[in-house]
Amino acid sequence: MQLKAQVDGVKPVSMRTSRRQRRLRTGLLFMLPALLVTFIFMLGPAIWSLYISLTNMSLTGVGAATPEWVGFQNFQMIFRDGEFLNALRVSLTYLVFSALIGQALLGLLLALLMRKRNPVFKSILGGIVVVAWVIPDVVAGFLWSSFLAGGPQSVLSPGLLNVIMSTLTMPQHAWLQEYPMTMIIIANIWRGTAFSMLLYASGLEAIPNDLLEAAAIDGASPWVRLRSIILPLLKGTIATDLLLITLSTLSDFTLVYVLTGGSNLQTELMTIYQYRQAFQFYQIGYGSAIALLIIVVGAILSMLYIRILRIEL
Amino acid sequence: MTIRRFLLATPLYIILTALGLLFLVPLLWPILASFNPVATLALEIPAHPSLDNFVTIISNGTVTQPFTNSLILGVSTMLLTIVLSGLAAYPLSRYQFRLKRLLMYGILFASALPVLALITPLYAMYTTLNLQDTLQGCILFFVASALPFSIWLMKNFLDTVPFELEEAAAIDGASTFRALWHVVLPLAAPGIAVVGVWSFLGAWTNFFVPLIILQSQNLLPASVTIYSFFGAYGQINYGQLAAFAMLYALPAVALYTLVSRFFVKGISGGLKG
Repeated sequence: MQLKAQVDGVKPVSMRTSRRQRRLRTGLLFMLPALLVTFIFMLGPAIWSLYISLTNMSLTGVGAATPEWVGFQNFQMIFRDGEFLNALRVSLTYLVFSALIGQALLGLLLALLMRKRNPVFKSILGGIVVVAWVIPDVVAGFLWSSFLAGGPQSVLSPGLLNVIMSTLTMPQHAWLQEYPMTMIIIANIWRGTAFSMLLYASGLEAIPNDLLEAAAIDGASPWVRLRSIILPLLKGTIATDLLLITLSTLSDFTLVYVLTGGSNLQTELMTIYQYRQAFQFYQIGYGSAIALLIIVVGAILSMLYIRILRIEL
Repeated sequence: MTIRRFLLATPLYIILTALGLLFLVPLLWPILASFNPVATLALEIPAHPSLDNFVTIISNGTVTQPFTNSLILGVSTMLLTIVLSGLAAYPLSRYQFRLKRLLMYGILFASALPVLALITPLYAMYTTLNLQDTLQGCILFFVASALPFSIWLMKNFLDTVPFELEEAAAIDGASTFRALWHVVLPLAAPGIAVVGVWSFLGAWTNFFVPLIILQSQNLLPASVTIYSFFGAYGQINYGQLAAFAMLYALPAVALYTLVSRFFVKGISGGLKG
């Protein structure tokens, strides 16, 4: 039945129809396993979260043995929960400064400056930036905590940054304890800039060189060329980049968790708060409600992104 | 003209070199420490550089179990993702049917969701399904979260392989399977490579999912073990930890380098639709 409903503009010619139907049947059969896995293991937890976020499910106590239906209580609690609002604020600050401002701007700057540079220089510089992006999250966190280690009262030997500070006869700091937010923002800029850079570089490649040369001959300064030729032509790439890094930053967890141990209120992202509620305070229902909110924010942004880009299929 | 260009370019090179150094500096310590048998958190050029750290962690078995687990997670995720996304992308690229547009939008939408945030409900679901504390559980979630974007990429790569080639092979008497195997597959190889590397690395580097789904010590992948090593501040051998981190990061860097040529093209081309 389902197959029949999908046959497009059925032709009276029986030969054609049966061939089409056979193809569609094969097609559906081909797509089935992928759709099944995605439905069960992606939509599954999403729907599950909807269900358990309406219960008081927990890993210990009353909610453990017999989770009870609590309606929208979890959601009402979320919006009155100071720590959640704090996490929301932290996540947004982290998103705006590390991704939207830091990664996107630095990525664009690198892509622009690297145009027409010496190819060997370009591949070495590009390589270094890309390594920061492809190494595993935990390793990146590990690199940064050793880089920022030490400080005036620390028993550990100073990390490179404090060594540089003392060489320059400037005071040492316990960076991650004194400026946690700034440090995770810088670490995330370091880590994620490569993605924006690569995207912008491939966007820039599509801009015809003649156009820029003609403008230069007409006396347009580099700034004018950037503003009235390059940026308008990169609009699609910029929108793609901003939305992709927004969505990936929203689900960030590892780098910040590894750097801060996950228990610093100043750097508690929504994902970390969710993790703590669910697995340190064992409030699975409440944690799921937070997860659902993150997904809803992501879903809205994702739809926005498809709209803005007006993706043609 | 040449002088002017030189004068213009030099400050740019200086700025770029400075930026490059900023990116390089945090990478220096683990590289130097991994070759230094007496490494501390401080950056120092090893007095007697050697491969001792690597030899020790490989021969005393520190590496074996976590790397095997990571490899199982990575390779299974990769194979399943390639096969499932390849199968699903083929009809999406070749046939026209009524729900196709809607399906493609759905796939695109799903590929952008911050799925990893779903870890808490996933854990609750897995306790019911008995998939909690199993590698299969992690793999299935990795595959499911990698599939939407992989299908999207794979479809775009398949679109670049002309259908006429398949038809020509069919006219020459090749079966559908033979046509796929000998004609489509080689031409779609870059797409398969990108999807494979991307899904492998997704599983290989993931920390959050195994941290929550797995509890048994003997199932933990390298990402979680390295974190628990690191948590034991002070009492650890920094040189060996750095060597472990280097070994763990190496496949990511190597595989990415292998497909980097197609990677950005695949992603940006894929996004333009």
